[in-house]
Amino acid sequence: MMDLRELYQDIILDHGRHPRNFRKIEHPTHFAQGYNPLCGDRVTIYVTLDGDRISDVSFQGRGCAISTAAASLMTEVLRGKSIADARALFAQFHARVTGGEPAQELTEPLVEEMDRLEPLTGVKAYPARVKCATLSWHALEAALKGSGATVKTE
Amino acid sequence: MRPASLRSVYAEAPTPPSPASGGGLGTGFNPRELKREFPIFANNPDLVFLDSAASAQKPRSVIDGTAEYYRTDYANVHRGVYRLSARSTELYEEARDKVRRFLNAADRREIVFVRNTTEAINLVAQSWGPAVLREGDEVLISELEHHSNIVPWQLLRDRTGIRLVVAPIEATGGLDLAAFEARLSPRTRLVAMTHIANATGTLVPVERVVALAHRHGAKVLIDGSQAAPRLPVDVQALGCDFYAFTGHKVYGPTGIGVLYGRFELLSAMPPYQGGGEMILHVSFDKTEYQEPPHRFEAGTPDIAGAIGLGIALDFIEELGRENILEHEEALTGYGVDRLAHIRGLRLLGAGQRRLGILSFDLDGVHPHDVSQVLDQHHVAVRAGHHCAQPLMERLGLSGTTRASLGVYNDEADIDRLAEALEATQEMFIR
Repeated sequence: MMDLRELYQDIILDHGRHPRNFRKIEHPTHFAQGYNPLCGDRVTIYVTLDGDRISDVSFQGRGCAISTAAASLMTEVLRGKSIADARALFAQFHARVTGGEPAQELTEPLVEEMDRLEPLTGVKAYPARVKCATLSWHALEAALKGSGATVKTE
Repeated sequence: MRPASLRSVYAEAPTPPSPASGGGLGTGFNPRELKREFPIFANNPDLVFLDSAASAQKPRSVIDGTAEYYRTDYANVHRGVYRLSARSTELYEEARDKVRRFLNAADRREIVFVRNTTEAINLVAQSWGPAVLREGDEVLISELEHHSNIVPWQLLRDRTGIRLVVAPIEATGGLDLAAFEARLSPRTRLVAMTHIANATGTLVPVERVVALAHRHGAKVLIDGSQAAPRLPVDVQALGCDFYAFTGHKVYGPTGIGVLYGRFELLSAMPPYQGGGEMILHVSFDKTEYQEPPHRFEAGTPDIAGAIGLGIALDFIEELGRENILEHEEALTGYGVDRLAHIRGLRLLGAGQRRLGILSFDLDGVHPHDVSQVLDQHHVAVRAGHHCAQPLMERLGLSGTTRASLGVYNDEADIDRLAEALEATQEMFIR
């Protein structure tokens, strides 16, 4: 078994304890809920789009350290990104945490953002926890597709 | 431990004794010795198993006895003319007798084999329910229930227009008996309630529940999933109308469970599923059904499961059910005291009479993170809502961490749990 600190790296414990952008946006252009029926965790993602650019993104909800840190880090890397960039990052992130092949190469500025998400990829050794890391991203995707939806991980 | 009855009918000489025999459990028991009767611990030497409320580990006698049945006596049951089928039928029906004794039911025909507690409750909801209940009749449950004692009644409600009434808990997590009594109405036809709450370990005073319900003319179903492995259960003394439990929590195989029902109720109930085994005569115009219990056992049953369950009940009886209760009470008490010393740990149902289950919230750490770290320390517990989401919401929690006991647990296991919890805090709360 790998060392648990690979899963719970300092950056994750920090974001788990002190999540960034943990607030409601009063008038978001897009929002959606993510729900993990396995553990009952819920997250709501709020997005303000300016054209196709994410000018603000935040979240609220209750979850484990992994899902809270994943949502927190996601909001940090997505601010100012285009929708296409957000989708490319999610595709790359999803591949990394599930141990799959990334669909496409990321462009240079996105590679740097992906590096910030790297601490979360420890979940790939713990299949039961992969959904904790991806819940907020699935909710983001639902928010961008059509607002107000609830996505489930199951 | 291997029952003498498990012996091939065709064997000339008795089969050699299984490794399980000569376990020397004797009167009372020592959990450390008992661990040797459970091969899982030999194969996982560091394991601290504290998830028996989800499913208990299996003693060697159950594992070997089930395999032995397949090796020496296996054939389909009932209506077989040849000796092997007769033998298999005999073993299957012997298992029913063991269950009757285990529950102290008056009549072996009151014991129906099902898959698990969930199926037992669904059987009552789908057979007894529509036959007896009319629109506006009430089924009374409690806030302590597992989803398996909520959802079958909701399905019935949606089909028949009955009302589902919920008796609340007190602030400390026990059933509020006064509020329960106040919810008994002339329309209450059934009270369906747990014996021990799976999410909190709270012991429900079912004797009082039965007495109050009967005074109001309601029938009573008890969900005995968590009680059957821990308490002596006497359905006649209890006076309940239905009692359900599952095999895999009483150290038996998965896939087998029991519905006890008073014979006069079972014999008035229509079949639950149709098929072979449950009929007397079939024509395309009209089919006559068997008497209970066979009326409710359509199709080839889980024969080996029933026989394995019988062996598990032998195992429990050999240990002694009063001894098991004493062990669980003492160890539960030790656990409550030990966990009370952990800063930021809040035990659910504090002050309530509880048995075998310690459910808690560790301040600032999500249950899934707790159980992940505990796993690293080889401590197996369950985290989440424990299939009791309404109770969790009532308690204002999304979930808890739950440690639950079995006959093989001892104080050292609780100490390992406490140490791992302290390490968890070290990691998350700084």
